[in-house]
Amino acid sequence: MDLSVINPVLLIAALMSAATPILLAATGELVAERAGVLNLGVEGMMIVGAICGFAVAVESGSPALGFVAAAAGGALLSLLFAFLTQVTLANQVASGLALTLFGLGLSALLGQGYVGVKPPSMPDVNFGALADIPILGRILFSHDPVLYFGLALVAAVWALLKFTRAGLILRAVGENHDAAHALGLKVVRIRVLAILFGGACAGLGGAYISLIRVPQWTEGMTAGVGWIALALVVFASWKPWRVLLGAYLFGGITQLQLNLQGAGVAIPVEYLAMSPYLVTILVLVILSADKSRAPASLGRIFHASS
Amino acid sequence: MTALLSLSGLTKAYPGVIANDDVSLDIAAGEVHALLGENGAGKSTLVKMIYGLVMPDTGSMAMNGAPYAPAEPRAARAAGVGMVFQHFSLFDALSVAENIALGMEHAPKMRELSRRIREVSDTYGLPLSPDRIVGDLSAGERQRVEIIRCLLQDPKLLIMDEPTSVLTPQEVEILFQTLRKLSAEGTAILYISHKLEEIRSLCDSATILRLGRVVGTCVPRETTARDMAEMMVGKVLATPTRATSQLGDVVLSLNGLSLPSPHAFGMPLRDIHVTLRAGEVLGIGGVAGNGQDELLAALSGEMTAGPGMIALKGEDIGRLGPTARRVRGLLSAPEERLGHAAAPDMSLTENAMLTGAAREGLERRGMLDWAAARSFAKRIIAEFDVRTPGPGNAARSLSGGNLQKFVIGREVLQRPDVLVVNQPTWGVDASAAAAIRQALLDLATGGAAVIAISQDLDELMEISDRFAALNEGRLSDPRPAQGLSVEEIGLMMGGAHGMEVAHV
Repeated sequence: MDLSVINPVLLIAALMSAATPILLAATGELVAERAGVLNLGVEGMMIVGAICGFAVAVESGSPALGFVAAAAGGALLSLLFAFLTQVTLANQVASGLALTLFGLGLSALLGQGYVGVKPPSMPDVNFGALADIPILGRILFSHDPVLYFGLALVAAVWALLKFTRAGLILRAVGENHDAAHALGLKVVRIRVLAILFGGACAGLGGAYISLIRVPQWTEGMTAGVGWIALALVVFASWKPWRVLLGAYLFGGITQLQLNLQGAGVAIPVEYLAMSPYLVTILVLVILSADKSRAPASLGRIFHASS
Repeated sequence: MTALLSLSGLTKAYPGVIANDDVSLDIAAGEVHALLGENGAGKSTLVKMIYGLVMPDTGSMAMNGAPYAPAEPRAARAAGVGMVFQHFSLFDALSVAENIALGMEHAPKMRELSRRIREVSDTYGLPLSPDRIVGDLSAGERQRVEIIRCLLQDPKLLIMDEPTSVLTPQEVEILFQTLRKLSAEGTAILYISHKLEEIRSLCDSATILRLGRVVGTCVPRETTARDMAEMMVGKVLATPTRATSQLGDVVLSLNGLSLPSPHAFGMPLRDIHVTLRAGEVLGIGGVAGNGQDELLAALSGEMTAGPGMIALKGEDIGRLGPTARRVRGLLSAPEERLGHAAAPDMSLTENAMLTGAAREGLERRGMLDWAAARSFAKRIIAEFDVRTPGPGNAARSLSGGNLQKFVIGREVLQRPDVLVVNQPTWGVDASAAAAIRQALLDLATGGAAVIAISQDLDELMEISDRFAALNEGRLSDPRPAQGLSVEEIGLMMGGAHGMEVAHV
């Protein structure tokens, strides 16, 4: 065992990248859940985003265009969920599970011609001299634009929910849709928009995996990240900064255990592999012991009767 | 003088029922106008049309002589109509200021809004801190949030839907002072209630609805409560009576009953002591949310208590579940009809089976006797005058009053030794309420003990032998109900919550 092969600077830089797919998907789901919609289709929207982004990036040669297509693909799939739950008033849990299964199948179909293809790579943002700062430069200023976008998204969602009227309306709809309706708020319209936002974010998260993390396409390559994102939203008590914390914690432990495996630590691989899940859940359970609770209308069907 | 708001010939039909049929009325500026009627008389539909939540099929409305047809609540608010809802349309997890901002078209910045909330609450004697989370407020304080939300928009007409059903007498008095002050400033108030004494003391005129039609108007100060009630129901009312009965032995005693609440915004029970004798009706009053639901759950067995806390006929039953308690003669009927007292989508027969299985012998070694359950359900329907085509109908299909009669009747017919009811006549029309109260009194006359938890003080005074109040999870010492004054009851209920009468 040789722990000296683990470079803490590289570890931190890598964990930020490892955490980004979860962060993007969880932030989108957080917005949907704050509006009172429980969309269990995150995994399905991610994988559809992954293949849409991959295919468009390969065909066009532009990873940026790929990410736009990924967001559009995720949003388009979530529109199906929005139609089922907001128009036909179908059960949200069942619709979300169906969306995941449908997304996995659809992505496998779309991706048939792309197995083994190498996508164009996305250049890192050039910060010039900033990147040369020892340690900090490597950690903070050596990443691709989507990673920074993810961080900005968390800050934007936090500010929107806390300081703006739009955010207040979104929270109100998730808290008590009947009262919101009585005040004349457009419950269904707001929820559809929140669902679309969640779908677009999940799509981006999926494409981050297929275009940047493991630049290739394999069937089912999101491998449960969507479910982690869903769990993260709950354990983060529906708070954006805690989602960031949870995602980084998860990404960090994932990277660390990979490095430990590489260093030949004498712990069975299975224990190391399960450690990110255990530690993340443990920390967030402790954090969520305060008074915060789920949006009161979460998962409930809204029908504007009389 | 033209009316502020004038309705003429409003009609609104829903599939199978005409909610409003040719309703006309006028409200003048500064007038306090009462809208009276039983449940299902069409009061709610009428005010929803005024507030723009529902569009009338035919008929027209005019505001200050100009046509008025709000397409949505926003338009109604812009025209100067404010509404305080019966079931508060508030968001528990948000602060007072955030709740108020949501109801305003052009909400100012939060700091400015907080300042104006303080200003209005001082002017009208409605103390309220803008930063508190609504989930932590008492019912009276929540109502103040709604009223202030309306007042911040300078309404010309304020609609109040059953505003006093959740308030202590002191809080009612404060509310009335606020309303009188508003009315003196020229704000018209449309006041919906079925509490006739309140209407007599507050309102200038009244319109009475029955089955969607206007059946009369009156000046409440010059009309007796009984006459108004009989106009509402369209028949002569019988007052519940009871034969004097001898009190028997102690059947139920609570000794230091303390339990945490299972809900986040619930109220723990704190050291409750009380004994109950056979043939006695104990009325328990108190503002909603002071431990009523928890007390019922502790007695019914939904929450089990520690050893020695609850004794039924000398036996410690604290650790027994609901079915074991039912077998021993302690029965209960919770407040929420749909989903707690009855399973909404199951038939009346199935619902009769659910609580009657043990005592009525509807179950033998795990096998259900549906024939017996059906005849038990039929017996409830017949004896309690439940209006339904038959026991095969789903509980959900019954009107509130009919389902309540079924739920209470189901327990009464199981010959309980102790019956605990929570809000036995909530949302039930006057004649059904009288029938339910009579059934409870007859039960006591027959030697059972009854605990009636209710927010309707008139009801408790009518049926109780002794009265006690729940306040913050504590039960006051029971006192004989006869001769108890409203002030004494108010003090037992803890006075006005978190406030004093502001002197303006």
